[in-house]
Order: sequence, then C-alpha cells, then structure tokens
Amino acid sequence: MANEFAVELQDVVKKFITPEGNELNAVDHVSMQIKNGEFFSMLGSSGCGKTTSLRMIAGFEWPTEGEVYIEGKAMGRTPPFQRKVNTVFQSYALFQHLTVFQNIAFGLEMEGAQKDEIEKRVKHVLEMVQLTGMERRKPKQLSGGQQQRIAVARALVKVPDVLLLDEPLGALDLKLRKDMQLELKALQQQLGITFVYVTHDQEEAMTMSDRIAVMSKGKVQQLGAPVEIYERPANKFVADFIGDSNFFEGRIKSLSKEEAVVFIPDLNAEVTGIPVSQGLVNGEEITVSIRPEKVLISEKPMNQNTFSGKVTNTVYIGTDTHVYVDLMGKRVKVFEQNRISRLDPGSFYTVGQDVTLVMMPENVLVLKKE
Amino acid sequence: MLKRLRENKSAQGTLLATPTMLWMIGLLIIPLLLTLVVSFGQRSPDGDVIYSFSLDNYIRLFGYSTDCDNGQASCFDPLYLQILWRSLTLAFNTTVLVILLAYPLAYFIARAHPLRRNTFLFMVLIPLWTNFVIRVYAWMMLLRTQGVINLGLGWLAGLFNIPFTPLEMLYTPGAVLVGMVYEFLPFMILPIYTSLEKIDNSLYEAAADLGANGLKTFARVTLPLSMPGVVAGTILVFIPVMGTFIVSDILGGRQVILVGNLIQRQFLDARDPTFGSAASLILMIMTLIVTYFYTRKFGFGEEIVVA
Repeated sequence: MANEFAVELQDVVKKFITPEGNELNAVDHVSMQIKNGEFFSMLGSSGCGKTTSLRMIAGFEWPTEGEVYIEGKAMGRTPPFQRKVNTVFQSYALFQHLTVFQNIAFGLEMEGAQKDEIEKRVKHVLEMVQLTGMERRKPKQLSGGQQQRIAVARALVKVPDVLLLDEPLGALDLKLRKDMQLELKALQQQLGITFVYVTHDQEEAMTMSDRIAVMSKGKVQQLGAPVEIYERPANKFVADFIGDSNFFEGRIKSLSKEEAVVFIPDLNAEVTGIPVSQGLVNGEEITVSIRPEKVLISEKPMNQNTFSGKVTNTVYIGTDTHVYVDLMGKRVKVFEQNRISRLDPGSFYTVGQDVTLVMMPENVLVLKKE
Repeated sequence: MLKRLRENKSAQGTLLATPTMLWMIGLLIIPLLLTLVVSFGQRSPDGDVIYSFSLDNYIRLFGYSTDCDNGQASCFDPLYLQILWRSLTLAFNTTVLVILLAYPLAYFIARAHPLRRNTFLFMVLIPLWTNFVIRVYAWMMLLRTQGVINLGLGWLAGLFNIPFTPLEMLYTPGAVLVGMVYEFLPFMILPIYTSLEKIDNSLYEAAADLGANGLKTFARVTLPLSMPGVVAGTILVFIPVMGTFIVSDILGGRQVILVGNLIQRQFLDARDPTFGSAASLILMIMTLIVTYFYTRKFGFGEEIVVA
C-alpha cells in the first residue's frame, strides 16, 4: 500500500566537526513530511542545511540523530544503492568515459535489466527529455543544458519513488534556466514522481514548487505553499528572505478579535485595522512588515494609514520603478509597476517631491518577535 | 620588416618553433643519423669504424654466426635473440608487477585525507633523491648471501632450531626483477595518483545512487577513469626498463644480460661501436612497436604531461 508521505524527516540532526574542531549542527532538529507526488523545494542560502538534508535522504550522509523515512520505511544506515531514490547532482556527475546511452543505461545495468529492456527504457527517457539521437555522444560533446537533461534522464530511467535534485539548474544561464524550470515542472506533473528540489533561488522555488521549506541555520523557518510563504511569512527572516519587505518596530496598542491597532514609534503614528491571527497580547512588542509593491503612493492625503514623506531616489528597472521615500528619517521602499510605456522622466517621481504613502491594513503583517 | 612579420602568422609560427627545431635536430636527429650510419659500418681490427654499407651487424643480431662448434663456416646462434626476448619479457613482467603494486598505493593516497596526501606523496618521492646506482647497491646489501635478508632468516631459523642454508638470491633473474620494480615504482604511482585524484567525489556518489556497490563502482567508474594514469605510467616504466643496464649489471651479474648490457659492452669492453649501434636501433624499433600497439589500444595517457 502506498504511503501518504514519500519522504519523512523526523527530528533529524546532522552534526559536523568544523576545521577548527567545533561541533556544528548543519541540520538542527528538522522535521518535514513530503507528500507523494508533490514538487517539494528546500530553499535557503548556502549553509542553511538544505543540501545536507537532501544528502541524508539520498543516503550519502547519515543523520546523527533522528530518522529518515522513505515510503514509510525507516532508512537508518541503508546505503544509497539500496534506496529507491535517485539524485540529479549540481555538477551533473556524468561519467565522462561513457556515452550518453551508457550513462543512462548504467543504473539499469546495476538492476540487472535485460538488454532489450534497457534499450527500450533509455530510448523512452531520451524522448522524454527531448534528446533522441544523442545516444552515442560523450557528455563533453553536449552543451550545459543538454548535459543537465542527461543527468535528469539518467536518474528518471530508474523510475525512482523520489527524485532528488540538488541545484540542478545552477550552472545554466538565466533564459535556459527559466525554460528548464517549466520543463522540469511539466515532467514532474506528467510522471507524478515526487520531486525534492534544493535551491537558493527563491523565484525558482516559487515557480515550480507545490510546497517550499524555507531553511536557515539548519532549521525549517516556514513550510508551506509559495503563496503562504510570500503573503503570510511566519517570521521576520522569511519576510526578509523571500521577496522584499519594509519593516517597522511597533507595539500593539489595542486588540479586538480579528483586528489590531499598532503604534509605530519611528513614525509616531498608528496603523489601524490590521487583520491578525491569535497568539498576540495587548502591549506586545512586534514587527510590522509590508511588501514594497503593496505600498501605494497617493497624490493627495487620505484619512487613515497614510504617511507623508519625501522621495529620496527612484530606480527604473524595466518592469517596475523602485521609489525610495523618506518617512521621518526611515527609508521605505515602494515598487510601482510601469504599466504605461513612457520615456518622459518628468512623469516619474522626482527626488525631493512630497508624496503620501498609503498602507492598506489588509496588506500589513504583524510578525512576532523571535 | 617587423611590420611584415607582424602580419604574417605562418612566419611567426616558424620563427617561434625554430629554437625547438634546432634542439631536436642537434640532440635527436643528428645523433640518430650517426647511430644509423655507424650501424652499417664494420669494425677494424684495432676497434675503429670502417664506414661502408654492410648489413652484417643486423644479420649477426638475428642469429647468423661465423663462430661455430662443428667447424661449419656459419650457423644459427640465438644468443642475441635470447637477450632481446629476455629484455622484452623482463620489461613486461616489471611493468605488470609495478602496476599491481602501484595501483593500490596510489588509490590509498588519493582517498586519504587531503592533509595527509602530501606527506604520503613526499614519502614516495624521497627514494628518488638518492642516486639510482646507490639504490641498486642497497638491494645488493639486502639480497647477497651474507645480506640482511639471509641474516634475518638465519636468526629466525636459529630461534626454532631449524637448519638454515643462506638463500642464493643475488645474481638471479628474480633479483633483477625486484630491483627494476623497486626503481620504477614511483613513476607508476604518480600518474595513477594524479588520475585518481582528479575523479570528482560526486561520480562515486552518482554510481552509488544508481545502484552500484563498492566493487561495481570500482570496476565501472574508478578503474576506467584512472586508465590514462595507468597508460602514462606504463610508458614511463616500460621504455626505460627496456634500455637500462645498471640494475641487471649490479643485481644480475653475468647471469642476466639484457640489451642494455649488450650495448654497453659493445661500446666499452668489446670496442665495437658498429654492433652496439645496430643493437641500439633494434632496441628502439622494438620499443616503438610495442608502444605503438599499446597506445593504439589504450590511447596516450594524458597524465604523462603531469608526471
């Protein structure tokens, strides 16, 4: 019977000894459940524990504490070659002395598959990654993108329960990377295989994933769908790491069942009507955040939740114009989409111009202090 | 004129290659031609070269003899063919033994902790700081009747009251083989180490990931990827072993005569440079043929450059 979870990490710790001789928890009490058939990403900057977590699922590393389950079975110290998972390596790790065909056939030969069976399956998987006819080439004769597809094909030909991908697109240029993101996602949906994807690129994770685990310092900071992580970050780290945010230190002035009024000393102002979840108390010190694209610039003052400031800088980046506004000594980022084509610089905000910022309460988030 | 040179790419190439060409002509082509010319000459009674065009030296090498027991004018004497064959088989055996000894050691060093690798490599290189001849003499001290090995064995036998006659190890083909293997071991270890060390760790992981256990990973990934090192090492070992005469001279005495010894004696003792030159050229041709077929099968070891 199929298990609900393809992979489960239960309170996993991985300790490393640093060159200085100190003990370091590269993975620090991580628990997560990866559902069958989902595209799951581990996202974080380098050293956050994402790759180590992936390597523990693959079996290249064993947890110091805790347990890794694959399809409900505790893995313990099962070696990689006895696990029904396959890996696409960051460096592709293709065998340079073998042809494309031999590279892909390698895993099938290890299973002891028959020759005609191998030929059939290699042909099929090459069609899947659109590289038919490349069988007799050596990996060195292929472009980076093609090598990447061979690495995917070599892992997929074994029809693993889980495909592990360790920053597989890191070496490709931007345009190719974006194409491959969509292709990988389509492949995953077509095959229904669980993908566990490690990346430091938040846009990549957002584009492809059903769910994302945002990691930092060996811990899972938040686990959820891309929209949850972006719109409802669990803490200041996630709000800061995913996308851009404006932060203000504040205090809860009054609290009703669904709404709060927050006083922000830096602005000497209140933000009213912020929707909040439970767990907050009156008078609590909190952090308020708002995404730059959710701050509106208004020509004339409005009544509530408006703040007067001066434009200090504008940066045109094509899709958007980034406007930096000084609010009582605090710099606020505002992203305005360039919805109209115009070449007249005068139509942008000019430095020194007085503006009014509107922060709609439903766009303002209240984050607990850590 | 300088301006014209700047525009003429092919003239630039020729000019840049000239020093190398001069070197090659002076140090390789001319000596080779001299050897070739001398090998067709004849020896005068007082040991000088009479320049002529005679194939006598080559005919003699391949078994034609005028010094016969039964009073015939000419007969077949395989003496020199035996020497050539002995050199070839010894070089082959040495190379095989060196590969078998060097590979595990190189593998061990390549998989050792990076901080310790340099120490191990250093230990491999230390013997090379001692003179080649002295190292061979050291083996003489070990192998002779009153040598360290026999003394040690005698002491052991004495402990258990076993009668012991010292082993005759020196001046045997075995002694020459041991000496050769010892002398040329580092030249195999280094290129194999270089090619093993270049194998990215992720390839071992990929093999394991695809279902290969340790043994299969070695056979399908490690060994093929380190073959360039083995090939380079083979070239570095086989060719010098074919030509060297010091090891067989010291450890083989008069018992084990190789082409190297033959050539040396023709020039120094027998004072017949014409026959010595012919033997040198035959040695070169033999080595070239073997190397040609070997590299055609396994390719040129890229590591030869590194080593």
